[in-house]
Amino acid sequence: MQKKISSIPFQGTPEQEAKLKEAIANHRDDPGAVMPVLQEAQEIYGYLPLEVQTMIADGLNVPLDEVFGVSTFYSQFALSPKGKYHISVCLGTACYVKGSGDVLNKLSEELGIEAEECSVDGQFSLTACRCIGACGLAPVITINDDVYGRLTTDEVPGILKRYKEA
Amino acid sequence: MYRSNVLVCGGTGCTSSHSLLIAEKLKEELAARGLEKEVNVITTGCFGLCALGPIMVVYPEGSFYSMVKVEDVPEIVEEHLLKGRIVTRLLYQETVEEDTIKSLNHTTFYEKQHRVALRNCGVIDPEKIDDYIANDGYAALGKVLTEMSREEVIQTMLDSGLRGRGGAGFPTGLKWKFAAANDADQKYVCCNADEGDPGAFMDRSVLEGDPHVVLEAMAIAGYAIGASKGYIYVRAEYPIAVKRLQIAIDQAHEYGLLGEDIFGTGFNFDIALRLGAGAFVCGEETALMTSIEGKRGEPRPRPPFPAVKGLYQKPTTLNNVETYANIPQIILKGADWFASMGTEKSKGTKVFALGGKINNTGLVEVPMGTTLRTIVEEIGGGIPNGKKFKAAQTGGPSGGCIPAEHLDVPIDYDNLIAIGSMMGSGGLIVMDEDNCMVDIAKFFLEFTVDESCGKCTPCRIGTKRLLEMLDKITTGQGTLEMLDEMEELCNYIKANSLCGLGQTAPNPVLSTLRYFKDEYIAHVVDHKCPAGVCKDLLKYVIDKNVCFGCGLCAKRCPVNAITVTDYTAPGKKKPAYEIDSEKCIKCGACFEACKFKAIYKG
Repeated sequence: MQKKISSIPFQGTPEQEAKLKEAIANHRDDPGAVMPVLQEAQEIYGYLPLEVQTMIADGLNVPLDEVFGVSTFYSQFALSPKGKYHISVCLGTACYVKGSGDVLNKLSEELGIEAEECSVDGQFSLTACRCIGACGLAPVITINDDVYGRLTTDEVPGILKRYKEA
Repeated sequence: MYRSNVLVCGGTGCTSSHSLLIAEKLKEELAARGLEKEVNVITTGCFGLCALGPIMVVYPEGSFYSMVKVEDVPEIVEEHLLKGRIVTRLLYQETVEEDTIKSLNHTTFYEKQHRVALRNCGVIDPEKIDDYIANDGYAALGKVLTEMSREEVIQTMLDSGLRGRGGAGFPTGLKWKFAAANDADQKYVCCNADEGDPGAFMDRSVLEGDPHVVLEAMAIAGYAIGASKGYIYVRAEYPIAVKRLQIAIDQAHEYGLLGEDIFGTGFNFDIALRLGAGAFVCGEETALMTSIEGKRGEPRPRPPFPAVKGLYQKPTTLNNVETYANIPQIILKGADWFASMGTEKSKGTKVFALGGKINNTGLVEVPMGTTLRTIVEEIGGGIPNGKKFKAAQTGGPSGGCIPAEHLDVPIDYDNLIAIGSMMGSGGLIVMDEDNCMVDIAKFFLEFTVDESCGKCTPCRIGTKRLLEMLDKITTGQGTLEMLDEMEELCNYIKANSLCGLGQTAPNPVLSTLRYFKDEYIAHVVDHKCPAGVCKDLLKYVIDKNVCFGCGLCAKRCPVNAITVTDYTAPGKKKPAYEIDSEKCIKCGACFEACKFKAIYKG
């Protein structure tokens, strides 16, 4: 999936930076440190803005293009921030043949955002993901840690309402 | 000793429907009645019958409670666990006969299965090494280290006929033999737990339900090829698997089953986890190793093969999770036992992740050579809602669609390739008459275009061009010549791509072209999608002789495309409505709304 680089200004805190520096120091001597550090950085910041990738490149003493190459290669790494409620729609085969494509379209219509985008108010972000391995519940979406299975498009507005009002 | 054991499924399917809350509630209710010393609650791995989750089984009776809710727990505790009266209402109905209750193993779902790789899943607590040891765990490693030479181990693997369960089906013993033959100061054993095939979750279930089996088998491989270090490359999207693997590694260390001088034999072996970050191509062995090295997971040309130059340029052997899960049993029960199951060239059993339009969604393990019909109709319980079987898709984005005419082919590696599909990791998605095969081919191509790493041209550009053609066909701009061009391009991509991803990417297109050409022709010649999936080719029409003129469809239409006509059918009181296909956005709201089935997809 084409990665969308966020235009939202970077707002890292000194605490986050300290944590990142610690992660970099822990992995500095490992061969193949770029991926584990990027994974930890994403835990710390929630996504990987260019500023963070630059810090990692400097800290590990590898070229920025190598860090950027890795962060854009793997789908787990996000270059734009997630919403307060992050919705993943499973587009694995089992979910797809049971209509998860329609569920994604309905969510997109209800939220007014496309897949891989975040709503302007920062409340919701939407992504299409590969199989999450809960094929018995197909079609499946997850909202943060909540899993909704055996979904129909009619249920979508009701589910979103719960989060909008929360 | 406990008088009852309650097993609650802690696999991903069931935890997604809150099985962990059920286990909590059970403990709470048991404690409230002072039964916590009499009844044991065990959170296990996946039972396999995910369609019925959350699942709970009570032993010694073997009562199989399905689709349990948290609210049901007090009743089960009070009636069954305290008073000894099974709550028949909540049991899986197939296990309930007039006056007796069948054991789980005699239901149609389990009866035809033969569990080797999954033998501990849904049986032991995956977070307790003692449970695994009590079930013959680490006995195979002990036998290998104290009684067998490296050559004997490799010979056993060769004799067993075990082939890689990850996709290509390369003989495991041969892989080990090659890696053992190369001398080096350091060798590696890797485990491919980056299950990327959408719709396959057998590796996940093994990791979540029986993590120690993978560690034990990797240590056996390490001994056989002369490696002291192992890496498990596991998807970060599988948090439960990652957690349980880490627990298992720590426990194995504590018991001296990993680390230095294992069983006092001087053999050292250690395992580290590496988290994958979501790239399908990393299932390819050289790409996986490049990714463990922390780089973009791009494959590289072979030779040199990993057995010569693999991870960090050292001899490496890489096997998949399910392959490993078979190994300790082969060592303990012997190569002949394993080779007695299956077909001539495919030995043992295979786990399939059964999904899609099927009643019993879940994991099934059957001997190689079982027919698709047995899996779909008997074990899987057939297609829901009385629909007709159209195709079964195996091998994920690398495989193909198998039509009804091949339902009786015994499934093994070679037969699947002969009918244009492949075993792959064992995803098996069932499709019914409502699925459009052109759309399915397009779905898989979208996947491969996304996941192509971009290193070689045939895959990067070829799959993209292929997708563009499919896109034209599903939007009514296709031509018959295009079908021939597509086939030519498919064969070109297959022949020229660098790695397995590109070499197999055209399979979904080729197999649907082979078996469902009439659907392609319907799309390009008649501009119709027979299954009614491809929106651009869809037209909703009102049958004016059926329409009662109630006007509900016109009210539901979001774009006011439905208007009343001046035609009143004989016997009807109000004039019929019609749809302006120019304005229609094909949302289907009218179709859903009509109570008289006067609207059809034309």
